Amino acid sequence: MSLAEPIRLLLFLAGILGFVALNAAYLVWVERKGAGRFQRRPGPTEVGYAGLLQPLADGLKLLSKQLIVPPGADGVLFRLAPLMVMAPAMMCLAVIPFSETLVARDLNVGLVMVFAFGSINVLALLLGGWASRNKYAIISAARVVSQDVAYEIPMLLAVITVMMVTGTLNLGEIVQQQEGGCWRWNLFRLEANPLMPVTFLIFYICMLAETNRAPFDMAEAESELVAGAFTEYAGMGFGVFFMAEYANIAVGCCLAAVLFLGGWQSPIGVFPGLFWFLLKVYLLVFSVIWVRWTFPRTQFYGLLNLSWKILIPLSLFTLVLTSAAMKVW
Amino acid sequence: MSANAYIAADSGTGETFVLNLGPQHPATHGVLRVKLTMDGEYIRRAEPVCGYIHRMHEKMGENRTWAQFLPNTSRIDYLSAMAYTQAYVARVERAARLAVPPRAEYIRVITCELNRISSHLVWFGAFLLDLGGFTPLLYAFDDREKILDLLEAITGSRLTYCYYRFGGLCNDVDKDFIEGSRAFVAHMRPRLELYRKLVTDNIILRKRLEGIGPISAQMCRRYGATGPVIRGSGVAYDVRKVEPYSAYPEFDFDIPVFKEGDCMARYLVRMEEIRQSLRIVEQALDRLPEGPVMAEKVPRTLKIPPGDYCFAVEAARGRFAVRLVSDGTDTPYRVKLRTPSFSNLSLFEEASRDMMLPDALALMGSLDLVIPDIDR
Amino acid sequence: MKLKEVATGFASLLVGLRVTLAQFFKPGVTVHYPHESLKMPPRYRGHIELVFDEETGKPACIACKLCEKACPSDCIAVEGVKPEGKGRKVVTEYRLDFTKCSLCAACVEACKSEAIRFSREYNLAGRSKEDFLMDLLARLEVEHPQLQREKPAPPAEKPEAKHHRGETGKEAAA
Repeated sequence: MSLAEPIRLLLFLAGILGFVALNAAYLVWVERKGAGRFQRRPGPTEVGYAGLLQPLADGLKLLSKQLIVPPGADGVLFRLAPLMVMAPAMMCLAVIPFSETLVARDLNVGLVMVFAFGSINVLALLLGGWASRNKYAIISAARVVSQDVAYEIPMLLAVITVMMVTGTLNLGEIVQQQEGGCWRWNLFRLEANPLMPVTFLIFYICMLAETNRAPFDMAEAESELVAGAFTEYAGMGFGVFFMAEYANIAVGCCLAAVLFLGGWQSPIGVFPGLFWFLLKVYLLVFSVIWVRWTFPRTQFYGLLNLSWKILIPLSLFTLVLTSAAMKVW
Repeated sequence: MSANAYIAADSGTGETFVLNLGPQHPATHGVLRVKLTMDGEYIRRAEPVCGYIHRMHEKMGENRTWAQFLPNTSRIDYLSAMAYTQAYVARVERAARLAVPPRAEYIRVITCELNRISSHLVWFGAFLLDLGGFTPLLYAFDDREKILDLLEAITGSRLTYCYYRFGGLCNDVDKDFIEGSRAFVAHMRPRLELYRKLVTDNIILRKRLEGIGPISAQMCRRYGATGPVIRGSGVAYDVRKVEPYSAYPEFDFDIPVFKEGDCMARYLVRMEEIRQSLRIVEQALDRLPEGPVMAEKVPRTLKIPPGDYCFAVEAARGRFAVRLVSDGTDTPYRVKLRTPSFSNLSLFEEASRDMMLPDALALMGSLDLVIPDIDR
Repeated sequence: MKLKEVATGFASLLVGLRVTLAQFFKPGVTVHYPHESLKMPPRYRGHIELVFDEETGKPACIACKLCEKACPSDCIAVEGVKPEGKGRKVVTEYRLDFTKCSLCAACVEACKSEAIRFSREYNLAGRSKEDFLMDLLARLEVEHPQLQREKPAPPAEKPEAKHHRGETGKEAAA
């Protein structure tokens, strides 16, 4: 094996770590500024120009705090949980094609790998809640698990629908099939699946629920039960959970862009590239922020009802419809 | 029914734990402690413990002259300060046989109603904050700023106004206030449309509030709950119509009543009340009489003939009544304050049985409690 | 769940999103304090201050103590002295305990000589309680350096600090 391959992998590793770190830190800034604009106020402005150094200041603050492990907590699991939350986000990014040539590992089963790693996120929250040895953390962790499991199912059904339409699990190939113009994107492939926009919507809602974003953030923004699964985490332990949430949002939006919006393909058919991919991802991130600051939280049973009684039947229906349409045409 | 019997009645595991919705809590609007006995997600018993902000207003009343008690009246319920001052001042005026000029009465109505709107806006924002919608709070506070600016221009304070005096007002309003109030009324009506589109019609909010926390009219009567709580349960009881005072009989306004008795009904009652208050303000501005704002010959040290005096007003939270006992000297013998939040809170224990915790908090938010009002 | 209900529910979400997006593009409503600040209206109630009488070159206050009696919170302490030959008393000391003041305007209205008024100070911050025990004559001296303070009377038998809570004095002095 030549020397080029390990160097390439190292560069990609550094790139992905950098991308995740930058996103985790600066999506916070985007969220706070965005929230401010929706609420007609400036958001952070003091630290650095337009508050751009605010995430650094927050990070420094969190780093300077003592890392407390509550007595009686399971030491290993307690320390492991933040790591387990952050790692899947980075691993999923290894297969996402940023542009034609920018992909760390072009796996044939890339899509499966993303979901396999995505599920570890849930496990990590459960471990964090359990290991804290705190009544409220456990209750909240249990809620998070039931919420995430309930929303994995329609998400996977929606993705299976896309997979049936594209015929491949390779993310790079999925993007390549969508070249041409925006009418060739999977979102508008109505000849294969007449309800494709609905499938996209299901995927989007499930992505919000998987990352515990409002309006599905019952588990973490629990102003009723203190602070949810992260109650016992101090300083950087909490910081890692927090960053992982934003990293997961970034990964979810990257996936949505790749699967439905044509990845790095341009909407006008010429000059494809990394620029378009990032534009789509950040427009989706903006929409996630927009949704968060508009709606109140759903009730917990409302959330589960939505998944089991609406989204799953709907996604099953679109799946059956897709297979029928593909059989016919 | 004792708490133990209830716990044993129907529960999953039969194990309960006590959760303290402590005095410091984002969801209780003030320092209120609620001891919850919970079985999993369900509340078996909720015991409110108040008194954390008891400031002894009634005792202070015994040690201050009639005029020196005026600042206290604003601070009992700071969000609805004008109405509380109105109750106290109106009764003392009647007892001392002071004739309040009509201009003063109209301005009192205008300021009372503006204060009611601003109180409901705070409730609206805080209630939605409890439910997880952060943005409407800031929109509501933006509207409230306009009211506060108007009132600041005439009274000098933004929250605890000491504007009414025995016999009228402390100073007159100017043209800027009248034009500003008209502009505010014109600004607020489209904003109510905005709130309807953003919040009231929102399916997520409707699912959170419809059918949650039903309170029957009988329960209200048993506990003495008034205000939007009883009007959301189908009873058209508003002190401004039942025991009219000040210049209210001259205005044409409706009392919003909704029958369902759930959180949504109470929400809608308050939103509708804002609309009706705007109507009252508009009519009062149109018909504002000229003249003095202070009665003639108000004694410097007021003394009231000995006796027992009561007065009730419709504050933003319900019926506020003041009972003054005078022994002929220049300080009251006793000042008793009947506050609406105290009675509204007392039905929380019964109404929240077997509810899930987030629903119980939605119920508490819909009761619109101001804790200093409970503890006085 | 009826389909119509789902559809109208979903539509209400989109309407809400449109509302917030419209607000996104509107200008901010906040004032970026401390870089910008607002002008207080003329009737704004800051702490009280003494009025300087240009003609006499002295504060207009005659130390009649009506404000001290009117105050519900006992924040004001006034002392005056009657100079030789002149009719009116002149104030020698005027202290305001702003930590207790409730800005109720009882003092301003009680004053018959129009000697106190509300200032428009809101920018008050201090590091200790003593910063808010204000000496209003000293503040007046800062603005009007030509003011000559009268010397206070020699300390006589100081009576017990009385709570001015009405004549019958229920729960009054100490």
